[in-house]
Amino acid sequence: MEANGTSGLLLEEPLIFEKSSPGRTGIGPASSDVPEVPPSEAVPGKFLRKDLDGFPDLSEIDTVRHYTRLSQWNFGVDSGFYPLGSCTMKYNPKINEAACRLPGFSNIHPYEPQELTQGALELMHSLETYLSEITGMAAITLQPSAGAHGELCGLLMMAAYFKSKGRPRTKIIIPDTAHGTNPASSHLAGFKVVPVKSEGRGVLSVEAVAAVMDEDTAGLMLTNPNTLGLFERNIKEIAEVVHSRGGFVYCDGANMNALMGLTRLGELGVDVVQLNLHKTFSTPHGGGGPGSGPVGVGKALEPFLPVPRVKKEGDRYGLVFDRPDTIGRMKSFYGNFSIMVRAYAYIRRMGGEGLKRAAIAAILNANYIKERLKGAYHLAFDEPCMHECVFSDRLQLGSGISTMDVAKRLIDYGYHPPTVYFPLVVPGAIMVEPTETESIETLDKFIEVMKRIAEEAKTNPELLKNAPATTKTARVDETRAAREPVLKWEG
Amino acid sequence: MEFPKDLKYTKEHEWVKVEGKIATIGITDYAQDSLGDVVYVELPQEGGSVTKHEPFGVVESVKAVSDLYSPVSGSVAEVNDAIIDSPEAINEDPYGDAWMVKVEISSQSELDDLLTADEYQKFIEEEK
Repeated sequence: MEANGTSGLLLEEPLIFEKSSPGRTGIGPASSDVPEVPPSEAVPGKFLRKDLDGFPDLSEIDTVRHYTRLSQWNFGVDSGFYPLGSCTMKYNPKINEAACRLPGFSNIHPYEPQELTQGALELMHSLETYLSEITGMAAITLQPSAGAHGELCGLLMMAAYFKSKGRPRTKIIIPDTAHGTNPASSHLAGFKVVPVKSEGRGVLSVEAVAAVMDEDTAGLMLTNPNTLGLFERNIKEIAEVVHSRGGFVYCDGANMNALMGLTRLGELGVDVVQLNLHKTFSTPHGGGGPGSGPVGVGKALEPFLPVPRVKKEGDRYGLVFDRPDTIGRMKSFYGNFSIMVRAYAYIRRMGGEGLKRAAIAAILNANYIKERLKGAYHLAFDEPCMHECVFSDRLQLGSGISTMDVAKRLIDYGYHPPTVYFPLVVPGAIMVEPTETESIETLDKFIEVMKRIAEEAKTNPELLKNAPATTKTARVDETRAAREPVLKWEG
Repeated sequence: MEFPKDLKYTKEHEWVKVEGKIATIGITDYAQDSLGDVVYVELPQEGGSVTKHEPFGVVESVKAVSDLYSPVSGSVAEVNDAIIDSPEAINEDPYGDAWMVKVEISSQSELDDLLTADEYQKFIEEEK
């Protein structure tokens, strides 16, 4: 078998500050036809910086090489398979990039009068409508700038609702299969977290929720499908229990890729959901971002949505600020607009049927990997899964090989490792999410590599212990990096 | 893996040493082994209060972040600040140098449901 990973020429590159040569310049700005004003005359003294210490002096070619070399050290979904569980690292179609770079979108300014930004407002309004249709929620805000920010937004609306009723509630129920950000967001919104355990088959039971749901509890925050990749099949009955005691059901929509077009969360009893456009709707992740975490709510929470709201009157669009119950702004201006354009382009290009087929293919791909790798790796829950599946290192521990070693060895073969050591309910978890955008050839090759690594763990464990061997930097000492971090230049 | 007989244990993998009204608390050998290299620990302030079954601190390893659950209720009499600067002690000596807090116990009856070394060992065998 040909491995994807190989070794090649990568060039060393210092920090950009270390490449500086005093007086060297790149492109000079054109000479100005406006008279120059000394900064001290235009800016109050306390805001003036005397020197720009350490700012590097570089030529254009130095700068281009610097960033090109750094980019060659990188690994992204454009370079290879990236099965990072719970992150939906699907391919980001280039048409999204073309759409958001249309001058009519890329050259507008947030302070432009609304008469001149009708197209942008229409796009936001349409995107809200689409996301509303996909989730079954009454209304959507596009403002939050990432998933956890959306969680905070949803939780703040829940808190505001109970405050407006004159009876604030203090607790949130969170199962052990929820995303790690859920308890953090709940704390930030001022709630106390009540943990509940999933039952034997990896999903939440009605009884477990009923036992802790009381009238001091604002609701339940669950992830569906959960972080084991399993559909919370009791969700409707669980929602009935939560609702009967006056609470809300918050669904973390980070795993929406498994559900779009197949079911609508609103019909399952969900009252609040955040979507991660950078997962489900094919906008870039991480450094390629920014993210975007729109939030959908049912009727009861609609008055509390952040302002401004996009409103359509006749064939004109406008922004509405005057909403007495709003929780206020979650972000300056209107959210990460260029990300909205990308998600809009994706939805329009896929169409309703296409989104549904994407979800089905994502589920099929995950089940294919699950079935073909069980046996080589311990499968935590032998159940039909949704968009991701969770293995563990239980079968390898006997040879002294842990999940971390398997993950590092995958790098040698040219793959980004899956999510490891999460969810916490599975010790040594290896969480694989292939997404729908990978072909069967890619999946087969990955499966073959994973099996080969399982063999190597038995026959030549040192290969795994010393991995990665083909990368520019060998295995880093993560413990030392965390205990003695160097956080600044010339630190 | 060791589980000293003179200590009591919780299902959340803390150990407790009771001497009169003072309970010394830390995490077990099994807990440190499962966590892997500990890189950060957050402990309560001296004089603060802790509640049984409630988080009193946080321990972070290269793999995961976990809450520390208090096995008893009471007020924090002493905090082991030394492990904040050298969290590796939690891996090296979980029952000795890496004790975390000493709590003045508010209700002795809370000690009743803590596990013995044998019970705890049996519990983690079942968990595996």
